[in-house]
Amino acid sequence: MTTLFGSGIKRREDPRFLTGRGSFVDDLKLPGLTYAAILRSPHAHARLKRVETAAAKAAPEVLAVYTGQDIKDKAGPVPCAWNVPNCDLKIPAHPLLAWEKVRYVGDGVAMVVATSRAAARDALELIEADYEPLPAVVSPEAATRPGAPALHPEVPNNIAFTWVVSGGDAEAAFRSAEVKVSQRIVQQRLLPNAMEARAAIASWNPGTGQLTLWSSSQNPHIHRFLCSVMLKLPEHKIRVISPDVGGGFGSKIPVYADEVLACFAAMALGRPVKWTEDRSENYQATIHGRDHVQYVELCGTKEGKITGLRTRVYAGLGAYASTAGPGVPTILHGLMYSGAYTIPNIHGTVYGVYTTTTPVDAYRGAGRPEATFLIERLVDLYAREIGTDPAELRRKNLIPRDKFPYTVATGISYDSGNYEAALDKALGLLDYKSFRTEQARARTGGRYLGVGVVCYTEICGLGPSQVAGAVGFGGGLYESAIVRVYPTGVVRVYVGSRPHGQGEETTFAQIVADEFGVPIETVEIVAGDTESTPQGWGTYGSRTTAVSGSAVKLAAGRVKEKVKKLAAHLLEASEGDLEWNDGRFSVKGSPDQGKSFGELALMANVAWNMPAGMEPGLEASAFFDPSNFVFPYGTHLSTVEVDAETGEVKVLRYIAVDDCGPQINPMIVRGQVQGGVVQGLGEALQEMAVYDEQGQLLTGTMMDYAVPRASQMPAIETAHTVTPSPVNPLGVKGIGEAGTIASAACLVNAVCDALAPLGIKHIDKPLTPARVWAAMQAARAAGGGGGTR
Amino acid sequence: MKRSVTLSVNGTSHTLEVEPRTLLVHALRDDLNLTGTHIGCDTSQCGACTVHLDGKAVKSCTVLAVQAEGHEVTTIEGLNGGSPGELHPIQTAFWEKHGLQCGFCTPGLIMCAVDLLASNPRPSEDDIRHAIEGNLCRCTGYQHIVEAIRAAADAMRPIPAQA
Repeated sequence: MTTLFGSGIKRREDPRFLTGRGSFVDDLKLPGLTYAAILRSPHAHARLKRVETAAAKAAPEVLAVYTGQDIKDKAGPVPCAWNVPNCDLKIPAHPLLAWEKVRYVGDGVAMVVATSRAAARDALELIEADYEPLPAVVSPEAATRPGAPALHPEVPNNIAFTWVVSGGDAEAAFRSAEVKVSQRIVQQRLLPNAMEARAAIASWNPGTGQLTLWSSSQNPHIHRFLCSVMLKLPEHKIRVISPDVGGGFGSKIPVYADEVLACFAAMALGRPVKWTEDRSENYQATIHGRDHVQYVELCGTKEGKITGLRTRVYAGLGAYASTAGPGVPTILHGLMYSGAYTIPNIHGTVYGVYTTTTPVDAYRGAGRPEATFLIERLVDLYAREIGTDPAELRRKNLIPRDKFPYTVATGISYDSGNYEAALDKALGLLDYKSFRTEQARARTGGRYLGVGVVCYTEICGLGPSQVAGAVGFGGGLYESAIVRVYPTGVVRVYVGSRPHGQGEETTFAQIVADEFGVPIETVEIVAGDTESTPQGWGTYGSRTTAVSGSAVKLAAGRVKEKVKKLAAHLLEASEGDLEWNDGRFSVKGSPDQGKSFGELALMANVAWNMPAGMEPGLEASAFFDPSNFVFPYGTHLSTVEVDAETGEVKVLRYIAVDDCGPQINPMIVRGQVQGGVVQGLGEALQEMAVYDEQGQLLTGTMMDYAVPRASQMPAIETAHTVTPSPVNPLGVKGIGEAGTIASAACLVNAVCDALAPLGIKHIDKPLTPARVWAAMQAARAAGGGGGTR
Repeated sequence: MKRSVTLSVNGTSHTLEVEPRTLLVHALRDDLNLTGTHIGCDTSQCGACTVHLDGKAVKSCTVLAVQAEGHEVTTIEGLNGGSPGELHPIQTAFWEKHGLQCGFCTPGLIMCAVDLLASNPRPSEDDIRHAIEGNLCRCTGYQHIVEAIRAAADAMRPIPAQA
């Protein structure tokens, strides 16, 4: 029997989506369903003086209107669950609905519940809220300056935390350095844009005291846990069901006010309540990503050996600390400052800053893209400074393959890698030398061709629970699985993670079908319902295959052990005399004396003839807590041409060589890389959430925020190297975020390389034609670039 | 003030009481329980709500339910005559080429692709990328979707054997 591990089989979850029979939250209806709508603040910062709801309450079909005053003592606040230690973190309470002050455009002010969606919306217009506007501040750097508007009285200078990471002696390294380069980098704010916005249905059963919440969530078990705290309801009385989830990209990790408000209203009214976010609301009320202002510098020798790296980062948190907000620019960012390189001396300071904007939290890559970008830009600046080829400079500084596990200066230990092999493979696929020749020729003709090189590594497969506790994460990071075999031999696997597009209904079934030697059609993966699935911490941080998949593998292994013992008993042989072939245990040397997995499943379930001491039934569970994170890596290359007249960037080729260890399903891996790369190219070329000085979100709809379209994006060439991880039984690493982590830096490096003849060293993303054109004009005016026309 | 509207959807006639402002997408989802047509934005940018009106792809968030009266509406549920268990060649190609991940944009993209191949049976990659530019997908990066539509074009109109 051929193994399914490594086979790019079609996905088992697809038919329901292809035929329009997926089950997303807003598709669901319950008897007596009511609809909620939220009134949101139009001001970025204001004192809330009065909220008059009488007219709304009297409107047709309206069942209830709630304000912050009505509920502040009954439910909430919205918790932050990543209490990063040793940084004096201050977490002001975020009420479910504002009652004293609003602190961002979109902050909830009141909720209407009515018998139709339209009536609830209409009634919002009848609520009169009086605001006394206060000054806004949207830049995390500006918010720390003396005299900046203060958001929270208990947070001086709006600084939520000052987090420091240090290894070696960076100060000494810079003092004695032969070469130094530095750059100010703006990591613009991004909008996650899961195609399905958030949605919730809450239903309360007063007979059993049970609350059921259907929610578009990446981590229903975390939401149950946090809802329990906010609603003061025992955790076992709450069931969270996350049915099909239309994308997340981090934005469905946090717990938000809106879902909890739906629960509150369902309990108060005794009727089910549905809340569905529209897109413009999503842009205000769902978390944003990135938002750093970074001052970074790197030092090294004249020969191209990096000796030190320093950062000072202002990381915007938005108006409140979101669920994982403080952990993203610290643990997931600062600990990765060594990138793929041996950098002996590192010092980083990250200021977490409150601004009058939507909260910022994990968005695809979450902290690692912001780290990779600054490192990879600095390496390019260094290469240019000493006149060395950027690919060769990288080669000189990559962590050598014989040094793994390798502990970087920030203190974390990388599990495995052969970084140079990925670099070589990528350079070969491009024919890097030929491109450099072509580039030189093009330059003499006044054309701007460039190549971007990025060697990335990332921390994922989160992670050891002990480390989670040590870094203040408010939960564990193990995963669990139950493998249940029915009398007819079919299998259901219950997992605590919540895949939402990454294909684990297929890849986990591949693991189990291999283990049991059964057709994959007989294996079903169940996720998303806290009532049936065991405890899990969710799908994010490229952790689901490495951690949840390993739990599945271990649980299936336990079932297999039991089946083997039963087979030995029934065949009257010792376990050592059995061999496993094609889904069947048989006695060595007598292949016709055997029992298939299906026969053994039946015998275990009927329990007519069990060995002494063996329990009936055939099911096992496993909890897997990894011994370390996993560190996927790779080299990405892109080539671009920049239009000399308009500044428009054309991507010529994009080559991604990634190493995520052994691939369970290469087709799915390819899809993850392509999608991830395009998301990063959107960041590099066109995406940016823009606030004006008054804190109004100018990119308030999909007309204004440039989600990449098919006609704007190139085809991605993918290739791989395979280096197993030693920290899980599958040897796998994550691949969901890798593309995004590498591609933004890769593309910006390519454009800056193209524009080197003009003396342009850096342009902040997104590299819109207007920005590139302005940089070219400024460079030409300054006399840069003999090569201009 | 509700008014009566008769809609022909997937070959079946339905008479509904709707407010004049009701969008076709809401009538399909809320009144007819055809929830395969999704809503991904509120500004006609994302294409998740794409259906066919008399065989042409339209965004059902830009059509009022009352405007659809007298026209034939086809949703993802009615593609391929709605025969259960049998996929349209474009659905098959999306499956085989991994043209979907979370699946939310998928019905809209498939309805768009059906319209494209009806008017342009042999589209180039560029044709495809432009034809679907009104349909946003955040997961796939579009590449497998483009490959799926090309594969479907080949399957639906095989290249004639060389003489």
